[in-house]
Amino acid sequence: MVSLGLILDNKSGLHARPANLFTKEAAKYRSSIKVFKGGKEYNAKSIFSVLSMGATQGTELTIVADGEDEELAIKALKDLFEQNFGE
Amino acid sequence: MNMNMRGIGVSPGIANGYVVKKSEPLRIVEKKVVVDSEAETKKLNNTREKGIEQIEKTIFRLMQDNRAEEVQIFEAHKALVNDDVFFGEVEQKIKTENVNAEWALKKTTEQYLKSFESFEDEYLKEREVDIIDVTNRILNILIGIEESNLFDLSDHMVIVAKDLAPSDFAQIDLSKTIGFVIEKGSRTSHVSIMARSFGVPAVVGVGEIFTKAKNGDAVLLDGEEGSVILNPTKSEIDAYQMKQTRLREFNIQLKVLKNCRTLSKDGLKFKIAANIGAPKDIDDVLENGGEGIGLYRTEFLYWDRDSFPSEEEQFTVYKTVVEKMDGKPVVIRTLDIGGDKKLPYLDIPLEDNPFLGYRAIRICLGNKQIFNTQLRALMRASKYGNLKIMFPMVSSIEELRAAKAELKSVTDELKREKIEINEKVEVGMMVEVPAAAIIADLFAKEVDFFSIGTNDLIQYTTAVDRGNPKIAHLYNQFHPAVLRLIQRIIEVAHKEKIWVGICGEAAAEPKLAPIFAAMGVDELSVNPKSILKIRWMLNNSSCHEMEEVVAKILNMPTAEEIENYLQDKVKIM
Repeated sequence: MVSLGLILDNKSGLHARPANLFTKEAAKYRSSIKVFKGGKEYNAKSIFSVLSMGATQGTELTIVADGEDEELAIKALKDLFEQNFGE
Repeated sequence: MNMNMRGIGVSPGIANGYVVKKSEPLRIVEKKVVVDSEAETKKLNNTREKGIEQIEKTIFRLMQDNRAEEVQIFEAHKALVNDDVFFGEVEQKIKTENVNAEWALKKTTEQYLKSFESFEDEYLKEREVDIIDVTNRILNILIGIEESNLFDLSDHMVIVAKDLAPSDFAQIDLSKTIGFVIEKGSRTSHVSIMARSFGVPAVVGVGEIFTKAKNGDAVLLDGEEGSVILNPTKSEIDAYQMKQTRLREFNIQLKVLKNCRTLSKDGLKFKIAANIGAPKDIDDVLENGGEGIGLYRTEFLYWDRDSFPSEEEQFTVYKTVVEKMDGKPVVIRTLDIGGDKKLPYLDIPLEDNPFLGYRAIRICLGNKQIFNTQLRALMRASKYGNLKIMFPMVSSIEELRAAKAELKSVTDELKREKIEINEKVEVGMMVEVPAAAIIADLFAKEVDFFSIGTNDLIQYTTAVDRGNPKIAHLYNQFHPAVLRLIQRIIEVAHKEKIWVGICGEAAAEPKLAPIFAAMGVDELSVNPKSILKIRWMLNNSSCHEMEEVVAKILNMPTAEEIENYLQDKVKIM
C-alpha cells in the first residue's frame, strides 16, 4: 500500500474537466485507489465520487493505492496534480 | 397560464420565443416494484449506451464549431455515464430493493447531490448541474422522452435560469438564443454583460421565474423595460410586435448615424468611444462608428497563459490596435488585475478583502518589472498612432506621482536607446475610488485626462459588492451620491482644462447619457454595440434643456425618484 498527501492547487477546484482526467488516469491501474478528504473516503475511479468531494483550491487530499501497480499509479496521479491538470 | 412579471432590463430589445430552462432540477419519476431485476439492469445498460451516443453526437457538433471548452464539459458527461462504480450502485439498488431502474437511478443520484449542498465554493456547488444533466439524460431515455438538450431546440430559445455562470453561458448556442430571463442578477452580473455584448435582449432579477416557467412555454420579454410575459395573449403579442417593428426601424435609423458626428441639438460636440478587451474587438468598434477607444483593458493580454507577456509581444499588440484605429484616440489602461481577476503565474496570497486589496496600480508599483515591461511596450507603440496611457485604481497623489515617475524613467531609457517614441503621449487616470473623486481638483493638475470608471466608483462609494446577489439591489447607477460625484469630477477637471470621459456601464445607460452630456462630459466610452444608440440619444437631446433636469435630479433624495423622473424626461426613440 502506498499513500500520498497533497494540496490541490487547481484554481477552480476539482470540477468536471480535471475530475475526468483524474478518474481516467486512475482507471488505468489495477490497484484499488482511494482518495481521503476530511476523514471521508472517495473512489478515485468514479467521477461521480470524485466530483462529490467538492475539492477546492487549497484542499488537503490523501491518495492511497493498494495493489500490484500501486507505485506506478501514485506516481502518475502525482504528476497530474503537479501539472495542475494542464490548467 | 398568462402571467406578467417584472425584473431589471439589462440588455435592450424585444424577444418573442419559447422557454428553455437551464439546469432543470431532477425530473420526477415513479417508484415501481420490479421482480425481474436482471431485465431491469439490462435495460439500464442499454440506456447508458444510447446516452453515450447522444453525447458523442453533441461533442462532434461542438468540435465542428470549434467550441473546445464545451467539448471538455461533454467529455466529462460521457465519463459520468461510463462510471461503472456509480451505476454499479444503481444496479445494486435495483436488485436489493426490487425497484425500477428510474427510481434506483434517481435515488442514487440524490445521495451524491447531498454532498454538494455542503460545498462552500459557489463554483463547485453549481457543478451539480453536470450530474443533474447526465441523470436527466438517462432518465429521459428510460422513460422514452426524446432528447431535449439546449442544442436541439427551435431557433427562438429564451433561456430561463436561476443564474448563469460563465461556463453555463459557454454551453448555450447563441445563434438560436433570442433572449435571457434570469431569476438572480444585476446590470453588472456576468450574464448581463455578455448579453449586451452579444446584443441579445435580457431581463434579470425576475423573482420566481424559474419555478413559474415551464419548458416550451411561450414568452415575451422586453429588455428595455424589464418586463416578461409568460404565455402572452394575442393582443399582448400584437402590441409587442408593433414595438418590435418600431425598434427595427429605429435600428435602421441608427445605422445611418454610423458616419455622423456626435452633436447635440444645441450644437455641442461629444465623442462616443468604445471599451475593448482585445484587438479583434476593433472591427466591431469601426463597424458601429466608434470615434476612438476610451478603454482598452490590457489584462486580457495577460490571461490564459503561463507567464507574463514579453515587451515585444505587448508592443506588437498595442501597435496593431493604434494602427487599426488610424489616428483616432486609443486610451490604453495599464494592467488591472487583483480583486476578482487573478493570474495563474502571479502569486497573490488570498486576501480577506480582495477589492480593497492588492490590485491594479498597487500591484504594478509593487512589481516594477511587470510595470516597466508594459510601459516600455506602450511608449514604443506610441509613435504608431494616437495612444494615451491611463492608470487604474489610483487613490492617492503619491501613487500617481510614482506611476508617472516610472513612466518618465522608461521614456528616458528609450531615448537613451535611441528608440523613437511620441514624447507628448497623454497620461490620464481612472477616477473610480471615492478618495480620488473627492480630491479630483488636485489630481486634475497632474494628469491630462480623467476617465470615470462608474462600476467601481458605485461599488466603492455605496460600499456594495456588485457580485453579491443578496445586496445587488443596493448597487444603483442612479444613486444621488454617485451622480453628484460625477458632476463634481467633470466640473473641477474642466477648471484645470483637462478632458473627462466615462467608461463604466453607466455611460451606456440611455437615460443617463444625456445627463452626463449636460454635465459637460467630453467622451462616453461604451461597448461597441451601444455606440450608435448613445450617439442617437445625444444627437436628439439639447444640453441646454437638460441642464434643468440635471439641477433637479442632483437635489433628489433617492435613486428611484431620479430614475423615474428621467424615464419621464429623457426621450428614448
